[in-house]
Amino acid sequence: MTTAQPTPDPRRPFPKTRRKPRFWTRGKGAVTAVPYFWLLLFFLLPFAIVLKISLAEPLIAQPPFTPLFGPDGALQATLDNYRFLWEDHLYIVAYLNSLKLAGVSTLLCLLIGYPMAYGMAKAPPALRNILLLLVILPFWTSFLLRVYAWMGILRNNGLINNLLLGLGVIDQPIQMMNTDFAIYIGITYSYLPFMILPLYAVLERLPGDLVEAAQDLGCRPWKAFATITLPLSVPGIIAGSLLVFIPAVGEFVIPSLLGGPDSLMIGRVLWDEFFGNRDWPVASAVAIALLLVLVVPIMMFQRMQLRREGA
Amino acid sequence: MRRRNWFLFSALCFGFAFLYGPILSLIIYSFNASRLVTVWGGFSTRWYGELFRDPQIIDAALLSLRIGAVNATFAVALGTLAGLAITRFGRFRGRMLFTGMIAAPLVMPEVITGLSLLLLFVTLESVVGWPSGRGVTTITIAHITFSMAYVAVIVQSRLSSLDGSLEEAALDLGARPWKVFLVITLPIIAPALVAGWLLAFTLSLDDLVIASFVSGPGASTLPMVVFSKVRLGVSPDVNALATIIVLIVSLAVVVSGWLMIRSERRRERDVQEALAGRS
Repeated sequence: MTTAQPTPDPRRPFPKTRRKPRFWTRGKGAVTAVPYFWLLLFFLLPFAIVLKISLAEPLIAQPPFTPLFGPDGALQATLDNYRFLWEDHLYIVAYLNSLKLAGVSTLLCLLIGYPMAYGMAKAPPALRNILLLLVILPFWTSFLLRVYAWMGILRNNGLINNLLLGLGVIDQPIQMMNTDFAIYIGITYSYLPFMILPLYAVLERLPGDLVEAAQDLGCRPWKAFATITLPLSVPGIIAGSLLVFIPAVGEFVIPSLLGGPDSLMIGRVLWDEFFGNRDWPVASAVAIALLLVLVVPIMMFQRMQLRREGA
Repeated sequence: MRRRNWFLFSALCFGFAFLYGPILSLIIYSFNASRLVTVWGGFSTRWYGELFRDPQIIDAALLSLRIGAVNATFAVALGTLAGLAITRFGRFRGRMLFTGMIAAPLVMPEVITGLSLLLLFVTLESVVGWPSGRGVTTITIAHITFSMAYVAVIVQSRLSSLDGSLEEAALDLGARPWKVFLVITLPIIAPALVAGWLLAFTLSLDDLVIASFVSGPGASTLPMVVFSKVRLGVSPDVNALATIIVLIVSLAVVVSGWLMIRSERRRERDVQEALAGRS
């Protein structure tokens, strides 16, 4: 072998070689390729198909829509489904209503969740893990059954009405089921842990000495909170709000169990369009439009995940 | 200062009452003898008996458990690979798209995921002839797709809390990559894998919307059966089912939480002893 040995550098007694053997680089490709391919096939490709079908016309056949290319090879794409969404009042109302219901519920989650997360972060360390477990526990029990629990509470002959009637506060039951109020309760209740967990993660790591210093210098506790703790916890507020808001906009189970006939949410409209009317192209158009509504918050969420990963 | 503590204390009490009140009411009324769920008719366990005699519920529960277990196993395998790729491989082509596809399923509304997967399966069937018909297989694939994202996030946060120096040391000392993975990386991320498996299992057991879209005739999971029951109104045997689920879940969470806290304490003690020994 006649390869020239480089003179050893006194500052670096071991010459820097390729640190990783080639096997590692090749293994890398395979390790990445498997989940990558899976997600491309089962997550990204489906959206393209939904987009394609949203441009088709319904057909009484199997599958129930016209193909993208006709028998003569001509492109058969139509924007009729989108025009229909735009012109029929029902869909616009459903989109706006979903945004309103999800937005107010997110706010309610924040109002209930923030003091809880703050209280947990301030609790003695031994207690913190237990409180954390208590927040996570409902999240592990069935979502459907937790929504169902509210049916028994809010009904006309449910727990609350029975209690109030028994106490003589009211003399006929208050209508709570099948109203927007029930949906607010349902979403706030089901998604509260998603709000508390990111808030707690931020608040727990917050250095306490800043607030202490402010208070030593004569700052009122509420003012110290408003000028120091609150601004520093903004990343947690954003993370929690996105985790609640985005899935809540497309919620189906809660409006269909707790909501009334006039509390329209777009997830339920999509479901009915698909299962009730069997109109796949319109259901696809509803899905694409919902995705367009949510694309900004979803992008925000992804950027936040990326930043968290970089930190 | 005292006033604020009092405020936080009552906020916590209110919050936990809000979280647990409904679950408690489910449990209490599952022992109600009366068919009217909210009128107390004396203590009884008859709904538990009816629950276990209902073949529809039992079949659906067994099917859900089977799908859940298969889903969780695949999701852990794929999610671990994905988490490893994101944290340990630096930059690679298409990384942005990859991380995007991992993050998006976490918040994607279920109706969109369900509809898009169904349309994919229908298209695939007409183009390549697979999957023939819809049922258990399509539900499992759909569940793997969204649960692997959760697993990837858990594995990723575990991996990024530990730097890669141990693995690099082993590689520098000449260990083969797969050996490094088996001997070093895997034991480090084992708790995350257990947590990920359990989470994927529960997510699958819990899913109604996506399963309803991609399911075919004859494949009804437990949430689908429960939903068709409660849609018509409250029914006491569903309360009994809820009580059983809550019981199992709380046992599992308490035991695993306790184990995790204990191992974390042991690790901290080991680290402290190692540091004390060095100085």
